[in-house]
Amino acid sequence: MNSVFVICEIDEGKIADVSLELLTKGRTLSNTLGCKLEAVVLGHKLNGVEEELFPYGADVVHIGDDKRLDPYTTLPHTSVITGLFENEKPQIGLLGATPLGRDLGPRVSSALKSGLTADCTALEIGDHEDKKEKKSYKNLLYQIRPAFGGNIVATIINPDCRPQMATVREGVMKKEIYSPTHKGEVKTIDVNKFIKPEDTVVKVIERHMEKGRVNIKNSSVIVSGGYGMGSKENFEALYELADVLGAEVGASRAAVDAGFAPHDRQVGQTGVTVRPKLYIACGISGQIQHTAGMEESAMVIAINNDSAAPINKVADYVITGDVMDIIPKMIKSYKKNSK
Amino acid sequence: MGLKIIVLAKQVPDTRNVGKDAMKADGTVNRAALEAIFNPEDMNALEQALRLKEKYKGSKVTLLTMGPGRAADIIREGLFRGADDGVLLTDRAFAGSDTLATSYAISCAINKIKEVDIIVAGRQAIDGDTAQVGPQVADKMNLPQVTYAEEIYSAEKGKIVVKRRLDRGVEKVEAPLPCVVTVNGSAPACRPRAAKLLMKYKHAKTISERQNESEDYLNLVNDRPYLNINEWTVNDVETDDNMLGLSGSPTKVKKIENVVFQAKETKVLSDNEGDIDELIKELIDNHTLG
Repeated sequence: MNSVFVICEIDEGKIADVSLELLTKGRTLSNTLGCKLEAVVLGHKLNGVEEELFPYGADVVHIGDDKRLDPYTTLPHTSVITGLFENEKPQIGLLGATPLGRDLGPRVSSALKSGLTADCTALEIGDHEDKKEKKSYKNLLYQIRPAFGGNIVATIINPDCRPQMATVREGVMKKEIYSPTHKGEVKTIDVNKFIKPEDTVVKVIERHMEKGRVNIKNSSVIVSGGYGMGSKENFEALYELADVLGAEVGASRAAVDAGFAPHDRQVGQTGVTVRPKLYIACGISGQIQHTAGMEESAMVIAINNDSAAPINKVADYVITGDVMDIIPKMIKSYKKNSK
Repeated sequence: MGLKIIVLAKQVPDTRNVGKDAMKADGTVNRAALEAIFNPEDMNALEQALRLKEKYKGSKVTLLTMGPGRAADIIREGLFRGADDGVLLTDRAFAGSDTLATSYAISCAINKIKEVDIIVAGRQAIDGDTAQVGPQVADKMNLPQVTYAEEIYSAEKGKIVVKRRLDRGVEKVEAPLPCVVTVNGSAPACRPRAAKLLMKYKHAKTISERQNESEDYLNLVNDRPYLNINEWTVNDVETDDNMLGLSGSPTKVKKIENVVFQAKETKVLSDNEGDIDELIKELIDNHTLG
């Protein structure tokens, strides 16, 4: 039985969270299918990387270690993954919906003429009956994703082409150790077989990465602002409230598009999915695109001057009024009562 | 020497502004209530192309879009802002295309245009958010790609230098021309329409749009060939029909569901200090805060 493959990504010298989340999901899928779970890691100086992956259930770890694979550029990675997939014939190939995964995934799927579904929010195994062609399919990957700004959820399948490929955003799947003692096999990829001289034409001249990026996903309280905040200056009030509460600041897509907040703070389908203990939504109208990324919060407070805003439907508490007037009151109250 | 630049653009429903009337009573999307717009990140891509055109004299910017007849609107939008001409690729044969079949059709149209130096496109379109068409066009044409671009610094001596905006940093990369560049929403916004260009191109039309026009108008187009928006059907481009539309699409939509929210039990508070104080106390007491 052909395997489930997860293409792993390295972040600050470690396997990225999104890759471990995908391995956790991949383990469930491969258990359902009765096949192996295999991980692929490409980069340079990867000694011992397999030890990070085995506890998440990888049965095989393919390692391609070469200086042409770090830093990441599209073509050498595409050639190695495409070549590996042609040899190994996975039935499923998963990638993180990160800048890397969304650069590499489409390229590989085009080269293999397989399908790719971007930014899935759920992956399941199921059957399919094609009534027109009178064909039935067993154990396909249901690639479930929102579309149309989140107003609909589509189930996409890939009946005839392999691998069935999908990308998933960070934080959408849960990361869970499968077994701390689980061990698998390491296979070295002979990258020289795959990388062509013309693959190295794109050069990274400079690279500035910020260490310890904003990680709103792991924050237990999130103060989030929308377009209704009105300006980047007004967003400062949210940082102030967040600072007092020990929270992180999030933002809706409209607020990010308007330049009120950076993209790494965006909550929602095209941003991060969060499940904090408390989510305070300030000046957010609550389009599905946004609520889909925060509705699993344990508690939601919505502050909005529109008493009919859709966000109120997913809120436990609604405060109707001027955000810029309410936030200082919250800060004052918290300072008074927390001692 | 000037550059030959193609901007890939898509007309999309404005899913960012899904208002209260955008959902029908039965919970389905009321597509008619959504305005059809120039995909926002494609606008950022157009701006990058126009800047290159200003920088390198003799450059030409061609807008290419695939879609129904009314997508000619976004070609006009491009012309009003400084694009030199446009191509509308439209045919029922392209209907039902997934990203792979779309990319294939677009790459065939680009092959017809020939000797292109740079293909720029928005990173992704707001109706699907897949970010796949740019890289897949690059693959179909066997060209290098630079995604998540924020600024094209230069495109000369056969090389393009681009700043990329990633999740938590920036990267400066150099790629050989020709290549495909997809532009991020964090790139500079597109310039507004220029009044002069609006006057010049407001009567630009595709051949289908000209069908019911008066003889006077047709004479005008004969005198001013720039008023013609190229309209290509599947017969105008060289394609393998098996790779188009539904048959060229490996992915199929099995099921579509509308999203329906379960309303929670909600407590409504006033904005007076007392109410807010009560709430904060409660949150501290039940350890949600602190």
